[in-house]
Amino acid sequence: MAEVSAAAGVDLAPVRLVDSDGSPTAEDRYSRELPPETLSWLYELMVITRDLDSEFINLQRQGELALFASCRGQEAAQIGAAACLRKTDWLFPQYREIGAFLLRGITPAQMGAVWRGKWHGGLGFTEKCVAPIAIPIGTHGLHAVGAAMGAQRLGEDSVTLAFLGDGATSEGDAHEALNFAAVFNTPCVFFIQNNQWAISVPVSHQMAAPSIAHRAIGYGMPGIRVDGNDVLACYAVVAEAAQRARDGGGPTLIEAVTYRMGPHTTSDDPTRYRSDEEVAHWAALDPIARYRTYLQSIDVWTERLEERVAAKSKRLRTELRESVVGADDFDVGEMFDTVYHDITPELVHQREQLLAELAKEA
Amino acid sequence: MTQIIERPPMRGDDVPEPRGPMLTSVPQAPTLTMAQAINRALHDAMAADDRVLVFGEDVAKLGGVFRVTEGLAETFGESRCFDTPLAESGIIGIAIGMAVRGFVPVPEIQFDGFAAPAFDQMVSHLAKYRMRTRGDVDMPVTIRIPSFGGIGAVEHHSESTESYWLHTAGLKVVVPSTPSDAYWLLRQAIVSRDPVVYLEPKRRYWTREAVDTNTPALPIGRAAVRRVGADVTVVTYGSLVATALSAADLADEHGWSLEVVDLRSLNPLDFDTVADSVRKTGRAVVMHEGPRTLGFGAELAARIQEELFYDLEAPVLRATGFDTPYPPARLEKLWLPGPDRLLDCVERAMEKP
Repeated sequence: MAEVSAAAGVDLAPVRLVDSDGSPTAEDRYSRELPPETLSWLYELMVITRDLDSEFINLQRQGELALFASCRGQEAAQIGAAACLRKTDWLFPQYREIGAFLLRGITPAQMGAVWRGKWHGGLGFTEKCVAPIAIPIGTHGLHAVGAAMGAQRLGEDSVTLAFLGDGATSEGDAHEALNFAAVFNTPCVFFIQNNQWAISVPVSHQMAAPSIAHRAIGYGMPGIRVDGNDVLACYAVVAEAAQRARDGGGPTLIEAVTYRMGPHTTSDDPTRYRSDEEVAHWAALDPIARYRTYLQSIDVWTERLEERVAAKSKRLRTELRESVVGADDFDVGEMFDTVYHDITPELVHQREQLLAELAKEA
Repeated sequence: MTQIIERPPMRGDDVPEPRGPMLTSVPQAPTLTMAQAINRALHDAMAADDRVLVFGEDVAKLGGVFRVTEGLAETFGESRCFDTPLAESGIIGIAIGMAVRGFVPVPEIQFDGFAAPAFDQMVSHLAKYRMRTRGDVDMPVTIRIPSFGGIGAVEHHSESTESYWLHTAGLKVVVPSTPSDAYWLLRQAIVSRDPVVYLEPKRRYWTREAVDTNTPALPIGRAAVRRVGADVTVVTYGSLVATALSAADLADEHGWSLEVVDLRSLNPLDFDTVADSVRKTGRAVVMHEGPRTLGFGAELAARIQEELFYDLEAPVLRATGFDTPYPPARLEKLWLPGPDRLLDCVERAMEKP
């Protein structure tokens, strides 16, 4: 597989199954065909992800959250990538994968703990085979490779998927991860959400290669560009890579071409570095509107679906708000107790010192 | 060599009970070099638990540049002992992912100076993973690093890295000074559910000792008094324990009686053993190879004066390397703290005010 791809190069035109106007494309290498309930589920996830994202921003603006990193515009990419995998396939996310978290059943409260400043890494992620969020850029690709090497040794036919971004591909660790994955032929999928911007630096400043996917040639693995605003294309392309990995065919590098519609985080001001025209251009390529039009054209979208999605969305937004507003902090002792499995004598002393300080104040 | 006396058992000490003097002969205990003892520990740990994986640069086919991993790939197969691409961040990064999936990785960084490329993975991820997952995920990773100077090596092959790891919450740091400790500290590090940085004093790889692989030695977190004395406590670890013991013989000629405390485990630190000794002698000299500024001697000196100020007869002194890059091999003997630099400190500590 790798030899074929390296010889064949990488197609610059992204794989697209549904056009920006919602009409099916002529693409015939991949299938759009999924059961109606799967199609509705993808729609539900995308809409709720966007609604939750908005609620996170509201909560940050109201002073309830320290910060938030919006995934607006990237719903199709991350949901398509995660939806085609099994629940036991491990995901190694960055910090912007709200859609993938939601899909795995991580609750708004468990995600919100990060942005509330309640706990680093998220709560209970690993129970859902999702690694804790990773703030240092590009570093967790190696964790995904190590997990995939573990899966090989466990004799599993599982796949490990790493979410990385365009900026992350400039990091040395991304190179090491891709190289290790290829050398050890690991069942690992690298899903790069190229959202065009690493805070204020455009992807054109990250590399001189024709595309991120082209880098796969140098590693000896297949590289594929996909329209990251087309959920069905992302689903199909990742499903193909995952199957190859399960069959012992090794890793794949997928570049999902998408756009970060919002700021880098709530602390960022994107008007300083990008134009309104550019944002308007990408708004017209919105992943949700496009998918809704497509679902209407094949009679999967109904008023009842919309109502059901809206009701669930409202419930989850309420759940998020209630988990955040006025939420209790964790006991400060946990700060000491979770550093080591067996707390050290020095940390016992320091914990006592802090508790004594608090007792004095009380 | 000098007689070894161990600290009396204290409340909360783990079983097994500390065994008797380490250098008395143990029936059937094989005589091993430190390098062989480490090899034996890796072998025995891999035999005891098939989740244990050994990997790094040149560890499989070659058996390691010091032959410390010799025979492991042959015995346990290439899936459990394997060579990696030449990338230290990658080596530690994959160890973290393997630990997430329930494995017990024992990666090797070939030389101390090449831990620098792995710094981000060790400090930003490995050390913090347990806390970031609120205690959900163990990181039973033992990173072996052949360390410290004194072997006439080229640049980047003689560094003391312990202060970096000691300043990082979440890592444990151990340094053996004898073949027996090398064996047992490594066995204990591998079964630890927390990440352990295991620094191997490569200068002492070829020292020999009878190693009893059936009776566990002191656990991680316990220091050993290697020589009992009355006047000055020398606190050290790793390669310099032997240096301190030979200095103690020289000190005898001056009428100074040195007590030598081998820390073994820098974090967790057995400060009780240090304190018991300093209370008795009233004087302390800390010795380590690494640069003086913010070396572990700074922490120990601070801690001793905080807790034992009124027991002290003299300031706590430091016999260390200098605040320069590690020098070229022709100059390293002048740079490294040896018996003379230690005894200068002892003399100063013994001066009447």
